Amino acid sequence: MTGPYAEARAEAGVETEAPVLALRDLRVDFTGPDGPLPAVRGVDLALRRGEVLGLVGESGSGKSTVALAAMGLLPRTARVGGSVRVGGDEVLGAGERELAALRGRRMAMVFQDPLSALTPVHRVGDQIAEAVRIHQDVGREHARRRAVELLDLVGIPDPGHRARAYPHEFSGGMRQRAMIAMAVANDPDVILADEPTTALDVTVQAQILDVLRTAQRETGAALLLVSHDLGVIAGMADRVAVMYAGRVVESAPAPELFAAPRMPYTLGLLGAVPRPGARVLTPVPGTPPELRLLPRGCPFAPRCPLADDACRAAEPEPVGGEGHSVACVKANEVVARGLTAPELFPADVPAAVREEVPRDGLPAVLRVEGLAKTFPVLKGAALRRRGGSVYAVDGVDLDIRRGETLGLVGESGSGKSTTLLEILRLASPEAGEVELLGHDVRGLTKRQARELRGSVQIVFQDPMASLDPRMTVGDIVAEPLRAQGADRGTAARRVPELLRLVGLEAAHAARFPHEFSGGQRQRIGIARALSVEPELLVLDEPVSALDVSVQAGVLNLLRRLKDELGLAYLFVSHDLSVIRHVADRVSVMYLGRTVESGPVEEVFARPRHPYTRALLSAVPVPDPVVERGRERVLLAGDPPSPVVRAEGCGFRGRCPLYATGLAPEGRSRCERERPSGAVACHFPQS
Amino acid sequence: MTTTAATPSAPVTPVTAGEPTEERPPGRTRVALRRFAANPNAVVGAGVLLLLFLLAFAGPHLTRWSHTDIDYGALRQAPSAAHWWGTNRIGQDVYAQVLHGLQKSLLIGLLVALFATVLASVVGACAGYFGGWTDRIVTFCIDLLLVFPAFLIIAIVSPRLRDTGWLAFVGLLAVFGWMITARVVRSMTRSLKERDFVRAAQLMGVHPLRIVFRHILPNVSSFLIVDATIAVGGAVMSETGLSYFGFGVQPPDVSLGTLIADGSGAALTYPWMFFFAAGLLVVFVLAVNFLGDGLRDALDPTSAQHRRRRRRRKGGRA
Repeated sequence: MTGPYAEARAEAGVETEAPVLALRDLRVDFTGPDGPLPAVRGVDLALRRGEVLGLVGESGSGKSTVALAAMGLLPRTARVGGSVRVGGDEVLGAGERELAALRGRRMAMVFQDPLSALTPVHRVGDQIAEAVRIHQDVGREHARRRAVELLDLVGIPDPGHRARAYPHEFSGGMRQRAMIAMAVANDPDVILADEPTTALDVTVQAQILDVLRTAQRETGAALLLVSHDLGVIAGMADRVAVMYAGRVVESAPAPELFAAPRMPYTLGLLGAVPRPGARVLTPVPGTPPELRLLPRGCPFAPRCPLADDACRAAEPEPVGGEGHSVACVKANEVVARGLTAPELFPADVPAAVREEVPRDGLPAVLRVEGLAKTFPVLKGAALRRRGGSVYAVDGVDLDIRRGETLGLVGESGSGKSTTLLEILRLASPEAGEVELLGHDVRGLTKRQARELRGSVQIVFQDPMASLDPRMTVGDIVAEPLRAQGADRGTAARRVPELLRLVGLEAAHAARFPHEFSGGQRQRIGIARALSVEPELLVLDEPVSALDVSVQAGVLNLLRRLKDELGLAYLFVSHDLSVIRHVADRVSVMYLGRTVESGPVEEVFARPRHPYTRALLSAVPVPDPVVERGRERVLLAGDPPSPVVRAEGCGFRGRCPLYATGLAPEGRSRCERERPSGAVACHFPQS
Repeated sequence: MTTTAATPSAPVTPVTAGEPTEERPPGRTRVALRRFAANPNAVVGAGVLLLLFLLAFAGPHLTRWSHTDIDYGALRQAPSAAHWWGTNRIGQDVYAQVLHGLQKSLLIGLLVALFATVLASVVGACAGYFGGWTDRIVTFCIDLLLVFPAFLIIAIVSPRLRDTGWLAFVGLLAVFGWMITARVVRSMTRSLKERDFVRAAQLMGVHPLRIVFRHILPNVSSFLIVDATIAVGGAVMSETGLSYFGFGVQPPDVSLGTLIADGSGAALTYPWMFFFAAGLLVVFVLAVNFLGDGLRDALDPTSAQHRRRRRRRKGGRA
């Protein structure tokens, strides 16, 4: 598929056109208890018709504030300076009435959370029709017809019928489609999309990005795409602007920025994203600065390995003009020396030396076969009775050997977390077998179960929620040891050692979790899990709540720990690039079932199940050339409800093979028989 | 993700590698104590409370009058060298009476609040944490106690417990004062139970009761402490009410409540009969509030000195 970038280039003369959205020296300060708190500190951006500008940055860099300021949506307490012009009209300082005429008509916004952006008590079609009628003098009936057309444009099946549905009857992906339909209802000049796919699964994300591209092409609008995901940006954007500490530090055409970044921060950010081929990630040391207490000079200087006195003296202004502008005094040095991310930010992990031990010779740490778990759906108010079942887990097979990392992949609702909890419960499963370190969990006595608990530990997704806010870090880390029966003194003496093992300091033991940054909190969670010297560490989305530069550090840490301590990991993630980076073997789940598993290189190179193929092709890669050049398998629709246990193959409703590529007898086999085996498909591709 | 102000550049304790005897990191109790000591309000509150106890128990020995003595030569006398805080209308020494009343009220107020809060937190947390039948039975009992007319029952029962003295009275007040707190604790526990850190503890194999005491109760402690400080004032007041109707503290025994009730009519004409008792009650309740605030801040790592910083951060993300 050719991206909009190619088109923009093809249309000669686009460069000279006046921008439809122009930000000049935009400054935003929020009022805090100790004076103004800067969020955006002088941003210049220009969008031309038909152009896609990607705005990237980590959390707190001010990228969303820029989008909100452009819409005039900032709260009253924010002090905004500079200029935002849409076409020829100034947004800043405009009255509510003028703003209302601009919003929706000239510019429209797509938010991150589509559920809170739609009114729950009105029908989706009516909400879109309302957006049409606000700006266009058309009748009710006409607006309604237009709403259906728009829903059709964004790819909602049976739009006439679905227009009469309420937002809660839509899935997340469909709500986001409806939001896009609403955004393009009045042919705006500018569409602002603030993290439009962050809350969605990869396969749905691929659909939505596709829709966004279509919508943008249909209306010819300029698109400002705000995202933290460099892969999404690489696939969509013509130009990319990187934000750090409230400023744009580098901006360039997408292929150039991804191929030859000039600012050390961009370099670090790109190096931190897991991608095929990169065995070691480059974490950017330190954390983003507090904007209230910005040091003099370049805000990135404290984290920059190239920083010298010139950097600390004054904040560099962006230079380089319209083409490739960069706000860094060291940019020339980076270009001249041809620095790469690993050279600039040396990781603390030696590239892993993999010993080739025949896998069959290794002892099994965890073996799961045919695991199932259902939850009752209760009906009735007074007398609650079982009215049906949610088949959360319905046939999961796992096999982990010592020192091995198994990546468990699946979309939300595929039963990953339930699988983990079922394994960790150490009680008899509803169906199937769980064998941990050679013990079948079915016959465990209380005492054995207690001992086994020490050898399998879990690290949770949200590092803040999984640490008791009222306990000191020392107590938190020592807790599993205490639960295993160690006395207070012994447990406490282990703490400094454990903290140092995960890259923290012994003195941190006396502090509380909220005093740490996200990455540090996750390290505390890992230290807690390691305290009892487990053999298997279950990692439930351990990095998905973290920024990329921090994520890289945690992934490297996990890697080092595995090499040093010989741990086995069960690594659950929805992020396939992370899985590819850390895992030795991978197991793909769909609708509570394992559909494919095998060595990671093999599965990623030659996926055999149609779902795996679609999943892999949906993952955005942070490389514009690869991202635009590859062929995509787009899956239709959303995963079906796990309440209905369909006959035959659970995937066939979305299966591209079933839809087009099968003979009638093959199709009927899919409908009747449940596929089994290593690849749960009747017609695996070889 | 929130970025916090804490930097990894904190001073590193110089620990030489390989040294076997490393200092133990301080646990939460020690940290809380240190924070408590650093909070001026808390220290003032605790100090005043200590002084009140000292006054109540050591003070009566400084005068030759006891609270039952009657000085027929000094009726309704203003404070003087003989009667430091004056006398009441039948010639009893106000100083001796107020201090004796203070003894009773301090003990009743603090003990009732303590018993009720402990009962409420343990029962509420267990009901919320264990759920199922435990929860159903406990909730039923709570609802039953809530519909009992507490005043009436205390009125009926307390004359029979007269021989056991005021401790039984404390017990009665506590038994009828914990239900609403327990319901709140129960619902807070139910939401805490879903949090990852509780799940983490469960998966580590921590004993359920230990989870309740180590994870659940500390996380509802802010509410418990605020509730307990209010309960102290409430207990003194309900004791007063009951005593007024002749059920609580009975003459010749006195409490601050009975003294205030007796003296309130004379507040303007013979102010010493009223204001010493009322003033001490105000000081007592204030001290408990200060102490409670300090305790809450000391136990909540995110409060006090950190609260300002947090608010600022929220503003930045808005």
